[in-house]
Amino acid sequence: MSEMHIDWAGLSPMIIVFAAAFVGLLFEAVVPKTKRLPVQVALAIAALAAAFIAVAANAGKSATAFSTGETDIGSVVLDGPGLFLQGTIAILALIAVLLLAEQRTTKGGDFVNEAAVVADSAADVAQRREPGATEIFPLALFAVGGMMMFVVSGDLLTMFVALEMLSLPLYLLCGLAKRRRLISQEAALKYFLLGAFASAFFVYGMAMLYGFAGTIDLNGINQAGISSGEPRILLYIGVGMLAVALLFKAAAVPFHMWTPDVYTGAPTPVTALMAGCVKVAAFGGLLRVFNVGLESSAWDWHMILTVIAIATMIGGAFFAVTQRNIKRLLAYSSIANAGYLLIGVIALGDAVGQTMFYLAAYGFTVIAAFAVVSLVRDGDNEATDLSRWAGLGKNSPGTAVIFTILMLALAGIPFTSGFTAKFGLFSAGVEAGEVGLVVVGVISSAILAFPYLRVVVLLWLNEPAPDAPTVNLPSPMAGTVVAAGVAATILLGVAPGFLLDIASQASTYMAN
Amino acid sequence: MDEVTYAPATGLLSWTWLLIALPAAGAAILLLTGRRSDRWGHWLGVATVGGAFALALAMFSGLSGLDNKTAATDLFTFISVGELDIQASLLLDPLSGVFTLLITGVGFLIHVYAVGYMAEDDDRRKFFAYFNLFVAAMLILVLGGNYFMTFIGWEGVGLASYLLIAFWQAKPSAATAGKKAFLTNRVADVGFLLAMFVMIGAVGSLDFAEVFNGAGELSDGMALALGLLLLAAACGKSGQWPFQTWLPDAMEGPTPVSALIHAATMVTAGVYLIARSNPIFNLNETAQTVVVAIGALTLLFGAIVGCAKDDIKRVLAWSTVSQIGYMFLAVGLGGGAYALGIIHLLAHGFFKAGLFLGSGSVMHAMNDQTDIRRFGGLWRVMPWTYATFAAGWVAIIGLFPFSGYFSKDPIIAAAFAREGWEGWVAGGAALLGAALTAFYMTRLFVLTFHGPKRWTDDVHPHESPAIMTGPLVLLGLGSLAAGGLMATPVAEWLVPVFGEHEEHHGHLTHMQATIATTAVVILGAALAILLFRGGTDEVPRAAAWPVRLARADLGGEAVNRGLFERPGRVAAGASVAVDARGVDGIVNGLSAAVGGTSRRLGRLQTGFVRSYALSILSGAVIVVAALMVVVIQ
Repeated sequence: MSEMHIDWAGLSPMIIVFAAAFVGLLFEAVVPKTKRLPVQVALAIAALAAAFIAVAANAGKSATAFSTGETDIGSVVLDGPGLFLQGTIAILALIAVLLLAEQRTTKGGDFVNEAAVVADSAADVAQRREPGATEIFPLALFAVGGMMMFVVSGDLLTMFVALEMLSLPLYLLCGLAKRRRLISQEAALKYFLLGAFASAFFVYGMAMLYGFAGTIDLNGINQAGISSGEPRILLYIGVGMLAVALLFKAAAVPFHMWTPDVYTGAPTPVTALMAGCVKVAAFGGLLRVFNVGLESSAWDWHMILTVIAIATMIGGAFFAVTQRNIKRLLAYSSIANAGYLLIGVIALGDAVGQTMFYLAAYGFTVIAAFAVVSLVRDGDNEATDLSRWAGLGKNSPGTAVIFTILMLALAGIPFTSGFTAKFGLFSAGVEAGEVGLVVVGVISSAILAFPYLRVVVLLWLNEPAPDAPTVNLPSPMAGTVVAAGVAATILLGVAPGFLLDIASQASTYMAN
Repeated sequence: MDEVTYAPATGLLSWTWLLIALPAAGAAILLLTGRRSDRWGHWLGVATVGGAFALALAMFSGLSGLDNKTAATDLFTFISVGELDIQASLLLDPLSGVFTLLITGVGFLIHVYAVGYMAEDDDRRKFFAYFNLFVAAMLILVLGGNYFMTFIGWEGVGLASYLLIAFWQAKPSAATAGKKAFLTNRVADVGFLLAMFVMIGAVGSLDFAEVFNGAGELSDGMALALGLLLLAAACGKSGQWPFQTWLPDAMEGPTPVSALIHAATMVTAGVYLIARSNPIFNLNETAQTVVVAIGALTLLFGAIVGCAKDDIKRVLAWSTVSQIGYMFLAVGLGGGAYALGIIHLLAHGFFKAGLFLGSGSVMHAMNDQTDIRRFGGLWRVMPWTYATFAAGWVAIIGLFPFSGYFSKDPIIAAAFAREGWEGWVAGGAALLGAALTAFYMTRLFVLTFHGPKRWTDDVHPHESPAIMTGPLVLLGLGSLAAGGLMATPVAEWLVPVFGEHEEHHGHLTHMQATIATTAVVILGAALAILLFRGGTDEVPRAAAWPVRLARADLGGEAVNRGLFERPGRVAAGASVAVDARGVDGIVNGLSAAVGGTSRRLGRLQTGFVRSYALSILSGAVIVVAALMVVVIQ
């Protein structure tokens, strides 16, 4: 047996993030409570920045992280799409962490100090004045590490471990809101139960595929799709189950139902993390599974995935139209966007670059949008009801301009990243022959533009209520989040060339 | 068909982007400096458009000296992925050249007028910022070197128009009208986007030259689909049937906006799109016939409704719908009529802008009233407005030797020249439209300026200041002369774009068509003078059904309500119901049946999770079952 070769440089981004998460846990024990927040924030930011640099240093690599002599062990595959998405996750997470750290908009931040205290009890009311728990930062780092692992997993088992690693901390984070704690806890429990349910599908699908292919390696499954003598029914059940689990995380119809409830209940910074980073990870997983593992059986799953994509695009847009709560609106819009992204998954090969560009562009916009949501407040609570936003342009024109830009981007108006990303993705879909899906996509995005524009009208053309919510001045933390999101939205709308080039150069999966 | 090639720009012409950058910079400065520029902001707005006009003139003369009369500039690569390469490119050719002159020239005059018209408005600076933004977007639309750039301008003018209609935010009707305009434009955008994706799929490029050169290899069905999608886009933007209703509602915006956007420039973008895409439309006769049919239908539709309206701006708006119908008719006829459509578009730009600005001047004098039943006898108090409005009036009805005579009559003759019964129908509609135009415009003119005074008690009409009458006079002169001066040279100028065409005669000779047109025009005008010289009732009278129908926009609203609004409401209601109750209801019902637990103990949160989980399970079952179906097949 020859010696195991490990590509430490290639693994370094994940190692950095996980190590920082452990160190963060250690800090909880040794650093005095008053000093924990700045220390944890600095650690998380430094770790994510270092992880991004480490990813950049690996650019151009196309190899497995583990190998023995001549044989590759495909559990972790460092190739173009994997690295691009790792980088995207690192950057988006960096921005989301700044939002987690925001303390000024509501005193002590959005997170509860001791989650075990019974909601709305006297002790709970008392602890509302205290700063929130700082464990959220190590938890977020664990989740981010899991996401980074998810997009480079080369076999199903690694992918499953990564899936759990990214999910479990998120379930916790969802339940840690300081205000409206019951809704938050309910969201966490729902997300946990349904997530566990979906994970079971993953395991079951993995078992079926193992039965079919005799391996859990994605390349091996692809080979087996051509040559295996086992009954093909195993493949179909396996593909179906695996798809369900991944589509659940991606929030595709009919596996989307947790999305509005969880997005609304979770603390807004956590929602931003989910809408931005988890989306990237989920689609990173989908792209890899379908491009690498199931490409040879494309003909078999093409129809059902097409149906799901259509249902997701239409359903998301259709439900978004009547939403009266800004977080629910963004949740349904995230569902519709999952539908557009599925076009990129179905189109396979050539669309990978465009899909990744879309993920990055959408991530920046949506995180900034949630950041703005967290600024508009009725007293201590967020004013998420849209009617409360009426006439915001009169009292806080700056915030209204920024939110208008973000809404226009989500509506896909030219000169914003929303337009270039959709246009590129749909063009790639057409070139791959998916004209029908693109037609549905165009119609769906025309419908979806309406609720966004309604928000814009509400902001500018309605009279503010006498007790209109106030826009709390953000600290540099949330301010940076908004500025970065808006800058990326405009930059990627006006001059998308450089990122598109990187994405399309990084769009080839490692061949076996 | 000849190969389409565009020569790279040289010298002054490589500065085409500056045409767009000037008004764009104006808009940016006005928006960024905020209240600080309130005192001088409007002059900056005027200056940037004036500068762009001067530049456009210089470039136009530079262009005429070139052999192939094209100047293409690639600014930077916008999107380049795989086969698809989209440049931010500009193209100055004879077609975009005349549009640039129209937009900057008429735009400049309207900007000057707006300085006076908006003088009392607190937000005049913001108004000029949006106005400049519109001009920049419109220039991108016509100067874009590929469909992608055209689309960017297309969306930009839509957005600017939405902002400007809703400019008078205090009026709820303005906000509603803005929304309506926007929604209709979304429909148009879907058509445009799909057309672009068809091009990407079939030709692999959005570049004008490549699409036109590759168009010959499209299948018939593909060419037809492409033509119809582009047509849907054009109809939405240009207020053509069945999307006509947003345009008259858009009159809620300030009058200079109506003049610039909803008469002279933006609404003609549809005509531009079809004229620009002429190689695609030439390929498919069915698509051309549909364009002709829509043009003929809309020109009659607009003219009939125009006869029954009493609001001065709405009459002009319906008249715009009708006149653009003539342009559609012309570009649908193809061949030599493309140029006729463009000539009518240019002539119309002058006289309709003049008429709108004149109506604004009247409104100024009459405390912003718009009801022509309460005008009358104004010729004595506002002589300049009267004279210039008269110029627009004789121009639009097409009396010899004024503008409309040279631009509209050839279209009528060309319609008669179409072969077979279609020629009779299209020609007949165009001829009837000319008679109706003469009738409603004369009615408008007579009721406004002549006859007894029917003013409400509190008005004291006065002539508008020189800053408003100045542009009126220039536009009035243009109305009188533009058609005659432009007819021949513009047709020749546009030959590189549309190709050479022999004039051919069909059912009527040119002379016969001209005589017939002049006869019906005089008849229509005389009838209107006869009926309305003594004034009219001050409130609408009960009328026979044709008049009632015309007053109700020929049922356009009702159709809208039935076709779009009601299903929209039902869908919205259903979406709410499903979101709140339906899914739980259905799924809980299912879960009751599946699990044997028939009792639902209220709406517990665990019930929700269970029903969500069941939804996932059912989805999974469906996914696997569907995969199995593929096996069995």
